[in-house]
Amino acid sequence: MSKHHISLTVNGDPTEFLCETEQTLLDVLRDELGLTGSKEGCGSGDCGACSVRVDGRLVCACLVLGAELNGAAVETIEGVAKAGVLHPLQQVFLNEAALQCGICTPGIIVAAKALLEENADPSEEEIRFWLAGNLCRCTGYDKIVRAVQKAAAVMRSA
Amino acid sequence: MGNEGKQQFKWVGTRPVRPDGVDKVTGQANYGADFTLPGMLAGRVLRSPHAHARIKSIDASRALALPGVRAVITAADFPELPSEVVAGGESPVNYRHISENVIARHKALYEGQSVAAVAAISASIAEAALALITVDYEVLPHVIDVRAAMRPDAPILHEDMITSGVEPKPTKASNIAARTEFNMGDVEQGFKDSDVVIEREYTTQPVHQGYIEPHAAIASMAADGMTTIWCSSQGQFMIREFCAKLLHLEDAQLRVIPAEIGGGFGGKTTVYLEPLAVALSRKTGKPVKLVMSRDEVFRASGPTSGAHMTVKIGAKRDGTLVAGSLELAYQAGAFPGSPAVPGCMTAFAPYDMANAKAVGYDVVSNRAKCAAYRAPGAPISSFAVESALDELAIELGMDPLALRLKNAAKEGTRALYGPKFPIIGFVETLEAAKAHPHYSAPLKANQGRGVASGFWFNIGGQSTAAIHINEDGTAEVVTGSPDIGGSRASMAMMAAEVLGIDLAKVKPLVGDTASIGYTFLTGGSRVTFATGKAVCEAANDIVEQLRARAAKLWKCGIEDVIWKDGVAYPAQGQTDARTQLSLAEIAASAARTGGPITGKAALNVGGAGAAFGTHICDVEVDPETGRTSVVRYTVVQDVGRAIHPSYVEGQMQGGAVQGIGWALNEEYVYSEQGQMQNAGFLDYRMPVASDLPMIDTVIVEVPNPTHPFGVRGVGEVPIVPPLAAVANAVARASGVRVNDLPISPPRLLSALQKAKA
Amino acid sequence: MATVILQPAFARRYTDGVITLEVDAADYQTLIDTLDERYPGFAEGVAIRTAVAIDGQIYQDPLLEPIGPTSEVFFLPLLEGG
Repeated sequence: MSKHHISLTVNGDPTEFLCETEQTLLDVLRDELGLTGSKEGCGSGDCGACSVRVDGRLVCACLVLGAELNGAAVETIEGVAKAGVLHPLQQVFLNEAALQCGICTPGIIVAAKALLEENADPSEEEIRFWLAGNLCRCTGYDKIVRAVQKAAAVMRSA
Repeated sequence: MGNEGKQQFKWVGTRPVRPDGVDKVTGQANYGADFTLPGMLAGRVLRSPHAHARIKSIDASRALALPGVRAVITAADFPELPSEVVAGGESPVNYRHISENVIARHKALYEGQSVAAVAAISASIAEAALALITVDYEVLPHVIDVRAAMRPDAPILHEDMITSGVEPKPTKASNIAARTEFNMGDVEQGFKDSDVVIEREYTTQPVHQGYIEPHAAIASMAADGMTTIWCSSQGQFMIREFCAKLLHLEDAQLRVIPAEIGGGFGGKTTVYLEPLAVALSRKTGKPVKLVMSRDEVFRASGPTSGAHMTVKIGAKRDGTLVAGSLELAYQAGAFPGSPAVPGCMTAFAPYDMANAKAVGYDVVSNRAKCAAYRAPGAPISSFAVESALDELAIELGMDPLALRLKNAAKEGTRALYGPKFPIIGFVETLEAAKAHPHYSAPLKANQGRGVASGFWFNIGGQSTAAIHINEDGTAEVVTGSPDIGGSRASMAMMAAEVLGIDLAKVKPLVGDTASIGYTFLTGGSRVTFATGKAVCEAANDIVEQLRARAAKLWKCGIEDVIWKDGVAYPAQGQTDARTQLSLAEIAASAARTGGPITGKAALNVGGAGAAFGTHICDVEVDPETGRTSVVRYTVVQDVGRAIHPSYVEGQMQGGAVQGIGWALNEEYVYSEQGQMQNAGFLDYRMPVASDLPMIDTVIVEVPNPTHPFGVRGVGEVPIVPPLAAVANAVARASGVRVNDLPISPPRLLSALQKAKA
Repeated sequence: MATVILQPAFARRYTDGVITLEVDAADYQTLIDTLDERYPGFAEGVAIRTAVAIDGQIYQDPLLEPIGPTSEVFFLPLLEGG
């Protein structure tokens, strides 16, 4: 079978790849482009560990086919820190110990960043519902929710 | 009680950023599935569609003929091991069972059990090859439920399994692998002497550990048999040992490199994919990568047991507990090994009770073999006992915390399993819970407050630590303990504390099996305690060497050198700059004073500190739908000493939330044919952020005298109380007590309707 | 004399049902050797599946752990954890 040739940008960089029809964006990121920061926790859009942005929209990379992405702008966890400087969300997650094993952390940071770009001052309830699609089995979410609140405050005062 | 405000240490008890943190917030950390090797093949596993079936034959010829397929393996590629319980590492294991759980030999004993595996040049070819393997099954009758499996006419899983612990020894095979009994005092007399006796039945469902990272492994075996495995697990030495035994290799032929681990909670304390990857690599001469899908994780990796339980508790009118008895039937899954024994040992442990008895049955049935899950066995039996105690408190008209305080185990109290407790902090957790504003906060309509306590032993065991002092005075701390929840941070903090140097100068590392000595796995809440003790001793070893080096430079005896805050001083008086040597200065002179400075400690650590927790849970029940919402939750726990309080709180919060999921939603649903119907996160409902309130924590510190900083361990205790704390809250909120978990909306709704009718 | 207390099922199998044993031994291995002489098979019974609690402290792989004249000794199932 012949592969699809796709041109797009990933974290701002012009990128090309070849993929099989059934390969998801997550497969492409991890297996073709070497961007393993997005994790596969379920492959069915239930855990959010592969949260990325496609043309600004927050999606689970496991639910998008690689072949759909010609011309798209994809942002992943690898693009969140700029030139070695951590994003406020990343720094606050570290300061507040908002991660344990860390496998869900990339997806949660990508999802929380999308939230804070849309709503600079979300309530606890808004954060909890926004992140309801990002499973974390370690933390019980307490420190994650607090970290998003604190990061929002840091970003508002910046 | 709280850790703030009584700082006696420079680093211990502070909240620095964890040393592995940046990699984890930027996506740079490499977990099991993130590795790629040149020439690597993709593996896939063929799994049984049947709950119980004899494997008559496997024909892989069509799969092997598919272009791109490099190898197919079956049980025939593994040695057939004798069925015997042997001392393995630190726990008794039956390698035949482990081998058959990794790949079925004569029978498939549960849906999802591996029967063959393929390696091919791409994942899609490997996937296509699975469909071309023909397995001739003779489908057998199956049994899922634990009590059904115990009936004399149940389908038998293992024709050679005779119940152990029963005299005289039975002659007929059954699904009951073992009976265990613990006794203290005279239980029957105790019930006669009681004014009030509560007797109830309880059930819990198996629940999965639910780690977000599926199992993943890469193995590469060279032509001379030298093998490297990259995988995520709770113990690289466990992986080495199990692979060596299952494949008849020597330990030294295997090098296991631990990846970052994306959650384990006990579920990654055994092998699933690693032996298959090694066998496929042996057959192909290439590195082979195997990764489970979430569906495979649910169907084929271990949950903890579901159980059926009866509890009887007798008390005097004043609340004094007189007698307790407990009968537990725990489902082990397809092979023996449920945590029925710790279930028996833990449930009554928080209470001073003269007469107690616990009987446990380990029962096999046609479902995935259970694996360890956080305080294995304890949450289940504690759910039963702590629920019965709540009913007792109501019957006696007593405050449930007062009832527990009246009977709380203290130093010197004898536990049902035998010994008297050394210094413990259970009473302190109860008092802290009672004093917490949560406990006296008003409740709204349809809300109720439940409390429950819990106990776990925590374990010690073997650990190795090495500390290398670099030429510039920085230090590497190497241990063999995979870091699941921030343990690198606590290792570095303890090393910095003992060495007396800046934490920023200390870099912790998790070594592979060839670069650090044997270390038992990350489990049993043992890492900060046992590996931490090894780190402290290795640091003490370094301090002794540094004093000796200073003594050399000063031409004095080592007894004339004291070490304080990372600096050597002469014991007598002089304190001017020329007569001080910092660690960095001594490191710089290492070559002249005897060569590299390396300290180590290799220990088998005893004296693990028993630990207790008490939880307060407020729920609101929707009488229209039966939905329960947890509206407030407080975890109080004696941890001995919190090295890094933030990660201690994180363990307490995470454990509580896993317990909330266990209580309210999580369960396995099976078809008539014994196939799992909810093998995904959509239908296996773990708690999500919008289900929960903040989880408040109170760290109680009653130091464990056997650890240099007083650590007891933290990870497991917090999952013990929540099942009953939630159930007790639901009962008090709704007036209806549900003794069968999960208390899901349909179950509670039907109980509410029944109560109304 | 140290006191060794056994679970009834273990005692039925290895010590003719005797649950409480008095032993004069300074360390764990001597205690086991002494009991094995008294009840042949005892050592094998505790070898595979057992940890020991000496005066309330639990040891997973004991050998020469000291035992005092008034010590209390229990054998326990080996404990793991999650």
